[in-house]
Amino acid sequence: MTAPLHEETAADSAVVEPALKQAEKAIEGRSLGRIAWERLKRDKVALIGGSIVLLLVLVAIFAPVIAALTGQSPNERHEDLIDPLFSTPKGALGGISGDHLLGVEPVSGRDILTRIVYGARVSILVGFLSAFVAVIFGTILGTLAGYFGGWLDALISRVMDMLLAFPQLLFIISLISVMPNDLLGLSGTGVRLLVMILVIGFFGWPYIGRIVRGQVLSLREREYIEAARSLGAGRGYIIGKELLPNLVAPITVYMTLMIPTNILTEAALSFLGVGVKPPTASWGSMLSDAVSFYESDPMYMIIPGVAIFITVLAFNLFGDGVRDALDPKGTR
Amino acid sequence: MTSLRTSRRRLAALSAVAAATLLATTACGGGDSDSEGGGEYNAGVNKVANASNKKGGTLKFVGVQDADSWDTTRMYYGFVFDFSRYYSRQLVSYSPKPGKKSLDLQPDLATDNAQISEDGKVYKYTLKDGLKWEDGKPITSQDVKYGIERQWAQKTLSGGPTYIKDVLDPDGKWKGPYEDKGGFDGIKTPDKKTIEFHLPKPNGDFEQMLAMPTNSPVREDKDTKSKYTLHPFSSGPYKFKSYTPNKSLLLVRNKHWDRTNDPLRKALPDKIKVTLLTNPDERDKRLINGDADLDLNQRGMEVQGRQTALKQHKGNVDNPQTGFISYVAFPQSVKPFDNIHCRKAAIYGADHKSVQTARGGPTAGGELAVNMLPPTVPGHDVNDDQYGIRKNGGKANVAKAKEELKKCGKPGGFSTTLAVRNTDKADVKSAEALQASLKKVGIKVEIDEFDGAQGSSIVGNQATVKRKGYGMVLYGWGPDFPSGQGYGIELWHSSKIRDNGNNNYALIDDPKIDKGLEDAIAELDPDKAAEKYREVNKRVMAGGYYLPLTYLKVVQWRSDRLTNVYSADSFSGWYDFASLGVK
Repeated sequence: MTAPLHEETAADSAVVEPALKQAEKAIEGRSLGRIAWERLKRDKVALIGGSIVLLLVLVAIFAPVIAALTGQSPNERHEDLIDPLFSTPKGALGGISGDHLLGVEPVSGRDILTRIVYGARVSILVGFLSAFVAVIFGTILGTLAGYFGGWLDALISRVMDMLLAFPQLLFIISLISVMPNDLLGLSGTGVRLLVMILVIGFFGWPYIGRIVRGQVLSLREREYIEAARSLGAGRGYIIGKELLPNLVAPITVYMTLMIPTNILTEAALSFLGVGVKPPTASWGSMLSDAVSFYESDPMYMIIPGVAIFITVLAFNLFGDGVRDALDPKGTR
Repeated sequence: MTSLRTSRRRLAALSAVAAATLLATTACGGGDSDSEGGGEYNAGVNKVANASNKKGGTLKFVGVQDADSWDTTRMYYGFVFDFSRYYSRQLVSYSPKPGKKSLDLQPDLATDNAQISEDGKVYKYTLKDGLKWEDGKPITSQDVKYGIERQWAQKTLSGGPTYIKDVLDPDGKWKGPYEDKGGFDGIKTPDKKTIEFHLPKPNGDFEQMLAMPTNSPVREDKDTKSKYTLHPFSSGPYKFKSYTPNKSLLLVRNKHWDRTNDPLRKALPDKIKVTLLTNPDERDKRLINGDADLDLNQRGMEVQGRQTALKQHKGNVDNPQTGFISYVAFPQSVKPFDNIHCRKAAIYGADHKSVQTARGGPTAGGELAVNMLPPTVPGHDVNDDQYGIRKNGGKANVAKAKEELKKCGKPGGFSTTLAVRNTDKADVKSAEALQASLKKVGIKVEIDEFDGAQGSSIVGNQATVKRKGYGMVLYGWGPDFPSGQGYGIELWHSSKIRDNGNNNYALIDDPKIDKGLEDAIAELDPDKAAEKYREVNKRVMAGGYYLPLTYLKVVQWRSDRLTNVYSADSFSGWYDFASLGVK
């Protein structure tokens, strides 16, 4: 009796199979990442933010190429384009011309477009790397605190409280002013960048740490962890294979939201004169320079201001989108 | 009204005589002067703007920096020297004339300039009759002596220059008036009207030094030591009425001051009011709005104010030459600047034009400097251009720089650090300009900004300079008194190299320069002395110790109300405050 039945199926297979496959597909289990991606794709605002972020990263990476295309370099001075009496660019709108698409700096006549492009490198570099430092510290310490609890949790939590109350901007300013000019084979701007990345990252980790600790606290009581434990899984296995994958979502969200804050901190430090060193271009130091010329050459203040504004806004919109996509229960 | 007359002359030059007369008559008839009131651009440079003898009114200063001290012994800021003549008098003082003529010393408390002995070692003065303190008591030669002796009390009264002390008591044998009541025997007062100075060796600038307000009389019973700054007892035309540090100061007339025995001070206003702010942009706004007449600190307007002033109120602007120079010193303790060719490479490689633009162009930044002696100091020689700075139009001489680099043994260039004070924006901009131009010849410059207020313990500290590798120090300098000695001895003489608080950043230790300076100092004839300082300066430049950048100019605001305004070389090209009046 089985044979005919089998034959029947085989004979019909040509017709039935596509339909079946379709059915299979419809009920296929989708990964968290995939669900999130589907949701993110529907969020237009986040997509726009995301593409601006992508564009900025590309601009930062290919800064020399862009400079070469425009035929300018960020540190070349064009004093012939400066009115010697007022130190401001000749021509309207801060000296905007075919050669200098965003005009030139007052005093030195350096091309603003290439300086903005090179400035993006500093912003993106500090923004990303310091967020990365914060994530590494925050994840490790947050997991330890949440998983082991007891005195270790108490210790780490108090340290986090302390760091959150610490006047970090003032601390960085004083730290940078006592830093030597040469450190770990770096010099000048290199040292400043390293210090900024490490210190901004160091003061950022408690934000990640608290989230991770809270997550771990609730996850470690779940049945699947109990099950793993009762099957004899070691601590390392549980943390690495069972807990961490579930932490990826919140960490990603907070990291994307942390980057714009870091970019702002870098701009503030450069504005205060303790960021990158001249002649390295940075949006913050451009703004600081522009203060003296806000009446006579407002374009010079508007351009880096707009650059910072767009970048921070794009990162925030994208970050919000990522959060909504990963955590649909979360209310906005 | 004088300003109207000035503008009338200008109009006459532009249009027909008849039309000008008509216009001027109308203006006078109208009796107000809103658009013409300020006078002309540079009306107060090398001439007197709005000459007038009208007394009364309140003269209003605005500033962003209080005096280092109002105590005549302790003050060192240029504007404070200038201002102190309102409430202090000296044996001799500067002529109330514009420009170079101000340098001519005139008797002030004294009846005449010094009677100098044959050997140049004794200076004798007799005081005028009828000199009085603010309480009506007579000013005696003992008061003058006591005021000068306070210089010895450096433990209590630090901060001021000590030229007289160093000349009269070079080994510092006397302990000062607070520790030794006996008085210093190098200054003699045979009677109440006579004072004599006995110098161990002649010094051609001695009278210039005496003219500094540091050597004003102080009455012993009014000496409140470290509190003297709060109310210096007046010997001049005005006295302190009220003073709140960093906020305000009000001077009123000293009714015991007698106009007839003081031809050097016009003392026209009834009151002198000083308002102190913190923000220089606000200061400039107040000046432009007419809330104040002039800047107390006299360092010139900020970028923003400068633009508004030059665009909309050019007639209220003076652009005088100051006695200050902006320069870079090469500390020889930092390699490779121990090698003269490396220093010369940096001098040739520097683009002066670019630095000038960075400082605000020829107007705000000043002329390109070709050597270290500024234009207000006798002996200045614009033709001493050993590095062809002006000949080259201020551009860097790349070929020469590369040649010197080869001779120095660094054909590929080298790296160094340039120290610049973060308190002076124009300095920082100049540093960036230098960085860019030196990069083109292969000298890689790292800029290190330091707190300007800490200068003497950072760039003035030899150990710090070496540790931080400051091969270049960008700084500004002006004469303490207008002579080669008052300008150059601190910068060039080997005896002035100190471990801390050093000003000879380049660490010049050249016996020929030392000898040249000493000879010039001993020269009593000012013209011959100027010639000797010129030679010393030449030698300093030949040694490549310094890279002169610009001879600084300032954009100075002069309000419509101000009368008798002129910039005086005696005060580094700033206005002579004592002559000012208001309409």
